[in-house]
Amino acid sequence: MMKQILMGAALALAAAGTVSAEGQTYVFQAGHPSLKGWLLPKTAPYPESNKPNAARIDLGHKLFFDPRLSGDGNMSCATCHNPSLGWSDALPTAKGVKSMVLGRASPTIINTAFNTTQMWDGRKKDLEDQAMGPMEANVEMNMDTAKLFQWLNSNDGYKALFAKAYPGEPIDASTLSKAIATYERTTAISNNSPFDKWLKGDKRAMSAQQVNGFKLFVGKANCAVCHAAPNFTDNGFHNLGLASFGVAEPDMGRYAQKPIKLMKGAFKTPTLRDIERTAPYFHDGSAKTLMQVVEHYDRGGEVTTNLSPNMKPLGLTQQEKEELVAFMKALTSPFIKVVAPDLPL
Amino acid sequence: MKKIIFPLLVASLSSAALANDYLVDQKDKAFSKKSLKIKVGDTVEFRNSDPFFHNVFSLSDVKSFDLGSYAQGSSKKVVFDKPGKVEVECSIHPQMQMVIEVEK
Ligand SMILES: [Cu+2]
Repeated sequence: MMKQILMGAALALAAAGTVSAEGQTYVFQAGHPSLKGWLLPKTAPYPESNKPNAARIDLGHKLFFDPRLSGDGNMSCATCHNPSLGWSDALPTAKGVKSMVLGRASPTIINTAFNTTQMWDGRKKDLEDQAMGPMEANVEMNMDTAKLFQWLNSNDGYKALFAKAYPGEPIDASTLSKAIATYERTTAISNNSPFDKWLKGDKRAMSAQQVNGFKLFVGKANCAVCHAAPNFTDNGFHNLGLASFGVAEPDMGRYAQKPIKLMKGAFKTPTLRDIERTAPYFHDGSAKTLMQVVEHYDRGGEVTTNLSPNMKPLGLTQQEKEELVAFMKALTSPFIKVVAPDLPL
Repeated sequence: MKKIIFPLLVASLSSAALANDYLVDQKDKAFSKKSLKIKVGDTVEFRNSDPFFHNVFSLSDVKSFDLGSYAQGSSKKVVFDKPGKVEVECSIHPQMQMVIEVEK
């Protein structure tokens, strides 16, 4: 009897729509038009000067996997952004030149093509802008780029590939960046998860537990305020109160780019699509599991110095935490099979 | 609405002596105006109409300020006391940008 009354109330609420924490009115039914803001476009946006085509994807694919783009000839883009490990590296923080442990986690490349800012601190604006960064960084791939372009310009295989991809353009930082960016924005895409299928109307794509998790995600748990539609990011910067901000000289994050107090210890909101594949979590790799992530938010953070005002203790029950984790696992698209490319010698 | 019409009336009456108030809203992660022309001495009130926090700052030479973070419904005012171009942003959401041109 009690259950029936509750169900009746829930149905009435569903029909009227629920206002989410980020101010949207949703009806939580598969395929409901109120949810279409969460659907990603079929393809990622690209700059006018770099329209994707087969030759550009092919060249970018080769460059992405070529370790000769690093100073020691042993690190490619795929070393830290490994497609088999969610386009990341499964390490808490990245390992750079000669396995030097770096300060921040390798971010996944999944769906970064949809974002308006790149890197944990947002210092690069798009994928083209970002591509040369790791090669040039002496703690990362540590490449002498003058030597790199000398070599590429003397390699018959690459000369033919560049000529096909960017006819009439030189082999330089611009064309190399454009090719890598094209590969990333056409390949590292997650937009066919159970959640996406549910959005498009497949009732069975998500379990009741996962739908409840989505309700919490946009409601009580306050997640969608930052992990916003459609790519689960607001392209913004927030201090999450991680324990690592409590050390003597913490990583200031975005503050180094924008010296505004709120940005001290703030890092970019990453996408959550394919999140199940990109453990460990946070920019410092401090959470091993999605449950640990949820528990961090439930506590409202560890270190309250300069904490994002959007953070507050959530009071989630164990069941609610499990629902949130189950929902995040509904954001995993079928695995993208990536073939190791035949590199020009 | 009142605040937007009021300065127009006053501005037509006389010159620099009277300062005007302008309202800029923050809604759906955007400023309600991409650009705004005001006069030296005028005040701009920045209001947050989103159910989460925003920031407003400028690092421009003409007027540098940081309004911190504020919640839905609250607002903060800035008086623009020098002429020139002021680029205004939200540090949390870098896509939120506008330009205020302060005229003599
Ligand atoms: Cu904002």
